Amino acid sequence: MKDASPAKPYALHLGVIALLFALSFVLPDYHHGLLARIMVLAVFAMGYNMLFGYVGLLSLGHAMFFAAGLYGAGLAVIHLGWSVPTAFASGVVCGAVLSLVIGVLALRTSGVAFMIVTMMFAQVFYLVILYFASWTGGDQGMVVPQPARVLTFGATSLDLTNPIVRYMSALTLFSVVLLITLAVVRSRYGRVLVAIRENEERTKMLGYDTFSNKLAAVIMSGTICAASGAAYALLFGYVGSSFASVQYSILPLLWVLLGGGATTLGPLIGTLFMYYVVDITSGYTSAYLLIVGIALILLVLFFPKGILGTIRHRWLAWLP
Amino acid sequence: MHFGPHLLLAALEGFVTSAVLALTALGLSLVFGVMRVVNVAHGEFFMLGAVLAWAISTAISGHPALGFLAALVLAPLIVGAIALVAERLVLRRLNYNPEATIVATIGMLYIIQQLALTFYGPEARPVEPPFSYRILLPWFGYSGYKLSIIAASAFLLLATWFVLTRTKIGLVMRATQYDSETAQAFGIPVDRVYAGVFALGAMLAAVAAVLIVPISQAHYLMGQDPLLLSFIVVIIGGLGSLRGTLVAAVLIGLSDGIISVFFSPTLAKIIATLLVAMVLVFRPQGLFGTASR
Amino acid sequence: MMPLLTTKGLSRNFGGLRAVDNVDFALMPGEIRAVIGPNGAGKTTFVSLVSGRIQPSSGMVVFDGADITNLPAYARVRLGVAYTFQITSVFANLSVYDNVALPVQRTLTDGRSKGAVQAGVMAALERTGLADRTHMLAGQLSYGHQRLLEVAMGLALKPRLLILDEPTQGLADSEIDNFIELVREIAKSATVLLIEHNMPVVMQLADRITVFNAGRILAEGTPEQIRANTEVQDAYLGATHG
Repeated sequence: MKDASPAKPYALHLGVIALLFALSFVLPDYHHGLLARIMVLAVFAMGYNMLFGYVGLLSLGHAMFFAAGLYGAGLAVIHLGWSVPTAFASGVVCGAVLSLVIGVLALRTSGVAFMIVTMMFAQVFYLVILYFASWTGGDQGMVVPQPARVLTFGATSLDLTNPIVRYMSALTLFSVVLLITLAVVRSRYGRVLVAIRENEERTKMLGYDTFSNKLAAVIMSGTICAASGAAYALLFGYVGSSFASVQYSILPLLWVLLGGGATTLGPLIGTLFMYYVVDITSGYTSAYLLIVGIALILLVLFFPKGILGTIRHRWLAWLP
Repeated sequence: MHFGPHLLLAALEGFVTSAVLALTALGLSLVFGVMRVVNVAHGEFFMLGAVLAWAISTAISGHPALGFLAALVLAPLIVGAIALVAERLVLRRLNYNPEATIVATIGMLYIIQQLALTFYGPEARPVEPPFSYRILLPWFGYSGYKLSIIAASAFLLLATWFVLTRTKIGLVMRATQYDSETAQAFGIPVDRVYAGVFALGAMLAAVAAVLIVPISQAHYLMGQDPLLLSFIVVIIGGLGSLRGTLVAAVLIGLSDGIISVFFSPTLAKIIATLLVAMVLVFRPQGLFGTASR
Repeated sequence: MMPLLTTKGLSRNFGGLRAVDNVDFALMPGEIRAVIGPNGAGKTTFVSLVSGRIQPSSGMVVFDGADITNLPAYARVRLGVAYTFQITSVFANLSVYDNVALPVQRTLTDGRSKGAVQAGVMAALERTGLADRTHMLAGQLSYGHQRLLEVAMGLALKPRLLILDEPTQGLADSEIDNFIELVREIAKSATVLLIEHNMPVVMQLADRITVFNAGRILAEGTPEQIRANTEVQDAYLGATHG
């Protein structure tokens, strides 16, 4: 998969980006807004996939990284009056620092213990948000004021509440993270991550410090998720504790499982698919968690490779 | 009220919490110990027990004790049957892979919770206790029913312990826990042991819920706290260690009330969850366990 | 000449069992050394202590004059101590190429070799005769080829000391002959420490033989000396054939 010609995967990824760009001009308003949201959340799923898909570490606490970005950016605007770029950076830095701390602690465990520990740390993070409700807005959440959500470059300014600007901002973030992911998984480092997933003991005996490599992956994954959270706060103007709840740790797992773990485009496909399934069924039933539950069970039972994983296995072995 | 009686009251309340918690956590611990499956839907089996107790006791007219007794017998059986079906349909097909089963039990959690919301509704509903006798102590009166919870729980725990250590069923279970492949080779139907253990685990949670529902209320989200507390108990007690689970349940049950006197409930939860996560990171065999396996 | 590897008073307990008991061992550079002994004599535990996969209860390991007792396994690999597994553990879901690229890129990063990953991988695959199977998944190789891949991965680490744990186990006779040639080839550039049950292989390859029994070194010498040693015959032959 590594020494095959790099042209095909890059062409495919640039094609997907071009398609998303073109869709901006043809989609009706409702779907236009939905797709912008989906692209931001797909970044969350891509960050999750970095750890779960490629390194094989199943975290049940990634909502804390998303929320670190969300609050790191949102509260910087609300309480400190920071501008959009500095607030975004603040969210990303919060996520990086948090994932460093969590990584150092949680990576002492493995397997089931890792899953439970990450879930518990995320729960602590969630409860801390509720505890400091006077600052965070607790479970009511807070609105990021519209005038603050403007990006200024000298004389020109971009209003992030404008649908087109919002869509293009989401697409930019999505494209950057997608191409970074592609570069990482095709790099030497990506090969080491997959080796750790396949057989950590053997990887150690090839001279790799697997702890450091896993820690780097946790930080990368957490930082990407935080970037998604920060973008969400700035583009959609709302921060709330529900984004830190267990449910938001389960959702990226579901999206990645559905789209296909360890595939670069799987997270987008999974997020897109699940979002529309929930959107369509919510017309008939309010019990969308029922759909999530059934989807999780059916996926692990019958479809563990996900959509793109199955396609790669059957037909397109070159898919990254 | 003076300090002594006050402490006695707090201790009694703590023991009631411990008694219910011990049963619930024992179910989680058994399933993890024997099957190596972390059952995230365990709290939902607890909730189902309570909701079914309400349904059964309201369906049966006459003295409240009749309805309650029927619930005490029927609710765990129904929950056990549901667990058995889930085990056959899902967990067995996943070959009890630890990570896949966690994802699957998360799915079960959502399904059970949503079905309860759809059919039972969002209300919290009470169940009448089977008797309302108050025991008069020199300082205060205390609900005889609460004391009977402690007694019932102690009886059930002893019975479980007896089955596990003194009977052939227990021997078979321990053999499976120790080494399932060897057990299989010696003709133990590992498959059926797993099914039985998963059903038993769910039934323990359901019984605990039936016992507690007359003093709390049945609600579709009531499974969350018992799940968290059971996790805490099982981790502190050492994953898969039954004696550790009991000791930890009493400790957590007693301290739960005391901690929430000094801290806000949220802060108490933050501290407890953080401490437990740290135990898992730095002492994965638990505080009372000796070896991890 | 200074030994490449020495152990002093090396011991490891498992519960009450002393799997390796106070072993003093020395290995000269360029040597092919075979370690033999009955099952449970502590051979694999001993090489695991040397490679750092398990920690000793007491004693020390010195490699090239430096005390490496407290170094983690991966750091020892970077110093040049390579270990190939007794049970074949290639990355079954990765291509043959990727399996070998992992050790190659490691030595490139450490500056122990130069050039590109591609060239290093092909060199190692050609030496082991796997060059025509580059793009197959490792799991689809025959057992004998998987063992060769295992050796190719060890080779690609550019080791100074290559530890082979029962490399001929499960190989056909024809494959064993090729294998002996390969080890001789490797020994030109690296010191080889070989655990082996197959006595003809040991007698053909080894410069010296160390015999383990019950966690201790029972005897050490040239193949002829070991063959003539009555103590070894009692312990070793008695244990395997009696």
